[in-house]
Amino acid sequence: MFEANHYPEEVNVALSDFLLRMADTSLVLGHRLSEWCGHGPILEQDIAMSNLALDLIGQARNWYQLAATQLGQGQSEDDLAYLRDAGQYRNLLLVELPNGDFGQTVLRQFFFDAYHFHYLQALTESGDENVANIAVKSLKEATYHLKWSSEWVIRLGDGTEESHRRMENALRELWEFTGELTTPNASDQLLTIMGLTPDLNLIRPLWEQEVQVVLAESTLEIPNRSWMQKGGKNGVHTEHLGFLLAEMQFLQRAYPNCEW
Amino acid sequence: MRLPLVVGNRKGCPYENIEYKMQKNNHHIWQILESVHDPEIPVLSVVDLGVVRSIAQNETGLEIKITPTYSGCPAMDTIALDIKYALEQAGYQSVKVNLVLQPAWTTDWLSAAGKQKLLAYGIAPPVEPLTSTKALFGAEPIVSCPQCGSEHTVMLSRFGSTACKALYRCEECLEPFDYFKCLR
Repeated sequence: MFEANHYPEEVNVALSDFLLRMADTSLVLGHRLSEWCGHGPILEQDIAMSNLALDLIGQARNWYQLAATQLGQGQSEDDLAYLRDAGQYRNLLLVELPNGDFGQTVLRQFFFDAYHFHYLQALTESGDENVANIAVKSLKEATYHLKWSSEWVIRLGDGTEESHRRMENALRELWEFTGELTTPNASDQLLTIMGLTPDLNLIRPLWEQEVQVVLAESTLEIPNRSWMQKGGKNGVHTEHLGFLLAEMQFLQRAYPNCEW
Repeated sequence: MRLPLVVGNRKGCPYENIEYKMQKNNHHIWQILESVHDPEIPVLSVVDLGVVRSIAQNETGLEIKITPTYSGCPAMDTIALDIKYALEQAGYQSVKVNLVLQPAWTTDWLSAAGKQKLLAYGIAPPVEPLTSTKALFGAEPIVSCPQCGSEHTVMLSRFGSTACKALYRCEECLEPFDYFKCLR
């Protein structure tokens, strides 16, 4: 589906790093959401989360195919998804966290969607046309996801005493994992100079604005903590990712090259 | 589930005729594609759905470019196979079906006939949202009930039985129904 664009070695390494992060992040979040299948609080939302998962896994496939093309080492999208260990995964920490209750899943989704929406919107202007094309396609879906998660954050935050309490718990649990969304690493910095990806420092205020509006509406207070977790972008993960991959990759690990 | 193709069997098929093969052109190919249906919404052909983007023929074979409706649409692989199968059944050789992302699919590409077919099938076709879809809490479209035509409907869920649909209910006749989401 893609033809490789040629860049200097250093740029191509950074680009591949970025592409794998986009792919891994969508795949891991898609996997987490799919864990809700059959366990959702109500049927409609069970279906909604499976639909979100489907979009994200579809987006992950596009990013993996492009990553495989740019890497040019003959790997397939499946090799990249199923045959790399946690230390090689580049996903954001936020998305690998366990689902918790429905409120925590919804809040994690909202934090991610608010970042994803603004980042994709900027990526549609990428100097790499393959990246821009995937961004245009994904943005349509992310726009819809953001509506869904924003509505649910408000409904639960400004809902019953119980739902409000659960959302406060979720906020305490997740907040320290949000910093990484808009903190550039070395690859981001190089790609921004090359005009291939937007400056994440410019995405941060857009994310904050989105979060402030929705949390205010939800009667939830933004935690007064500035210390943030980081590491996912560079392959340093929480203990949760290994367990997730063990389940997701089981078939390919146990029966290499198995097809069905 | 794989749906039976509507192309018919090879025996007695007019496309078997060599003379016809020599005259084959894109119009004929579009006709065949009209017989390939979306496995998830079988009343729509892939042409109605607007996923067929181009047809290119040369000495080495035939290339059909299709684009996904949604990134994760699980029907795409089946659609690609069904297109290849239908064209090969009709006598075309070396048929390649390739996926393209650009330009990205929009419900504007749904044919007028396709919208009518959806309605007759009980699925409300996409309607213009009242404000930009980019607005966080933009106004929602007014979706008419495909059963009784009432505009007095409510959204039950943003997501429905497939990626391209949402779930609604009519407040007049009380029937729940699928709405084919507007995607721009």
